[in-house]
Amino acid sequence: MNIMSRWTRWLPVAIPYLWSFVFFLLPFVIVLRISFSNAELAMPPFSPVFDPIADGVSGTFAHFKEFTLDGYNRLVTDSVYLRSYLSSVQIAALSTCLTLLIGYPIAYAMARAPDRWRATLLMLIILPFWTSFLIRIYAWMGILATDGFLNNLLVWLHIIKQPLQIMQTNWAVYIGIVYSYLPFMILPLYSTLEKMDNTLLEAAEDLGSTPLKAFWTITFPLSLPGVIAGCFLVFIPVVGEFVIPDLLGGSSTLMIGHTLWEEFFNNRDWPTASALAIVLLLVLVIPIMLFQNQQAKNTGSVR
Amino acid sequence: MRRLSWFNATSLSLGFAFLYIPILLLVIYSFNAGRSVAIWTGWSTKWYGEMLKDQQLLDAAWVTLRVGVLSATIATILGTLAAIVLVRYGKFRGSTMFSGMIYAPLVMPEIITGLSLLLLFVAMNFDRGFWTILIAHISFTMCFAAVVVQSRLVTFDQSLEEAALDLGCSPAKTFMVITLPIILPAVVSAWMLAFTLSIDDLVISSFTTGPGATTLPMRIYSDVRLGVSPKINAVSTVVIAVVTLAVIAASILTKLSEERATRERRMAAG
Repeated sequence: MNIMSRWTRWLPVAIPYLWSFVFFLLPFVIVLRISFSNAELAMPPFSPVFDPIADGVSGTFAHFKEFTLDGYNRLVTDSVYLRSYLSSVQIAALSTCLTLLIGYPIAYAMARAPDRWRATLLMLIILPFWTSFLIRIYAWMGILATDGFLNNLLVWLHIIKQPLQIMQTNWAVYIGIVYSYLPFMILPLYSTLEKMDNTLLEAAEDLGSTPLKAFWTITFPLSLPGVIAGCFLVFIPVVGEFVIPDLLGGSSTLMIGHTLWEEFFNNRDWPTASALAIVLLLVLVIPIMLFQNQQAKNTGSVR
Repeated sequence: MRRLSWFNATSLSLGFAFLYIPILLLVIYSFNAGRSVAIWTGWSTKWYGEMLKDQQLLDAAWVTLRVGVLSATIATILGTLAAIVLVRYGKFRGSTMFSGMIYAPLVMPEIITGLSLLLLFVAMNFDRGFWTILIAHISFTMCFAAVVVQSRLVTFDQSLEEAALDLGCSPAKTFMVITLPIILPAVVSAWMLAFTLSIDDLVISSFTTGPGATTLPMRIYSDVRLGVSPKINAVSTVVIAVVTLAVIAASILTKLSEERATRERRMAAG
């Protein structure tokens, strides 16, 4: 292979590789570095500030002595951070289960629907996902408010006498998460359920199995890859969710994405915000690795 | 012909009601005459008028549109390249890291991506504004574009490419003449996905912006924090209408091109 064709072969690798390296991997190194810095009332609001070109190698190394664990220390001493992590993971886990419970019957029904409906049904699931995330959360603000649509409806139907306080509680956060992330659960579930071999179910029926038993012994185990993919796609981003707890949750709703935002924009404490991001990443690294392996396996198995 | 059981019919109806009623209510109350988004007081289009008079809002929409078109285009090119690498290049030195850098951003919480990119821009002494938002959007949407194109490439019949290469076509020309036309519908969907993710983004834009660059979601967010108003419903309705029309148009186009491809294949076979 001559040099020219080697060039054209590796150019497609080099361009996205370089881009991802500079704008995805390198930023993490910087976050890691700032998480060990001191907070300062300056711009940028931390020290030491690195300038490898001006400082030279020895100067850069001298800065390492100025590194502190202050950012991480604050995470341990102030219990609000620990509670934020725990409550984020808890809210994410519970809402992932809720999304699965609601999403599974919908995906199942779609896979069982007549062939000519399926493309339309799929499109109807994807369509809300295309419309703005922020707008869909905003829509719920009008519905869940104390004088909102839902309370007015329930009072009018004489189901309740006093409006319910749903906004600014964790209930509103759960509703918002399930609503926004439902398509992420339904799509992988649908794609595994749709591919399922129906003759297996017919065989089970012929051999006298009840539909419910056939579902638990055949359909559900076969749909597990979709269940796992859907749960990852919901759980991981929800742990770091910011918009939903900010707009629908109240002061008692602690989620780490929101805490990080406040730390960064309101307290302007960049080292603590960076330390929060690093620890969040450590919390998520196992689910993210599992997700990647599954993605890579899916690509490999088709090839 | 299979028919829906009552259970499946119920879950579909409830599911779609859950997904669509909030959006429907949002659209209905954008035409409310009063200031409330929950109590109907009469039909009016005055909030659309208010919206068009708000110059800052229109400026924000224009910034969003420019960032969206530019970032989606570049992200689709980068993503398509990345997809080809993921599907065709097999194992090479650094391939694990490469696939990691493509798949990880798909699930990375936006808040981490936003913070890390901002700190990069600060470290590199970039002036923050339009261009930094653009770079940030390219970085996170290119991975989604890559996955969309990748899913089309794995079902691709490679013998067509091999035939072209055997007949002396250069790899670059083979890509333009054989591969690209076949994967084009996926490339178009990738562009659309990248575009909608970009015009939708709040968190990453808020981190990476600077003075003078406000996107529409940032503007809506700061308004929403002050309370709900039918004017925001009006803006939202316009966004929803544009996106819905674009998605429907794209899906019709894809269907037509697929039908044409099937017809051509049948003619070639016959």
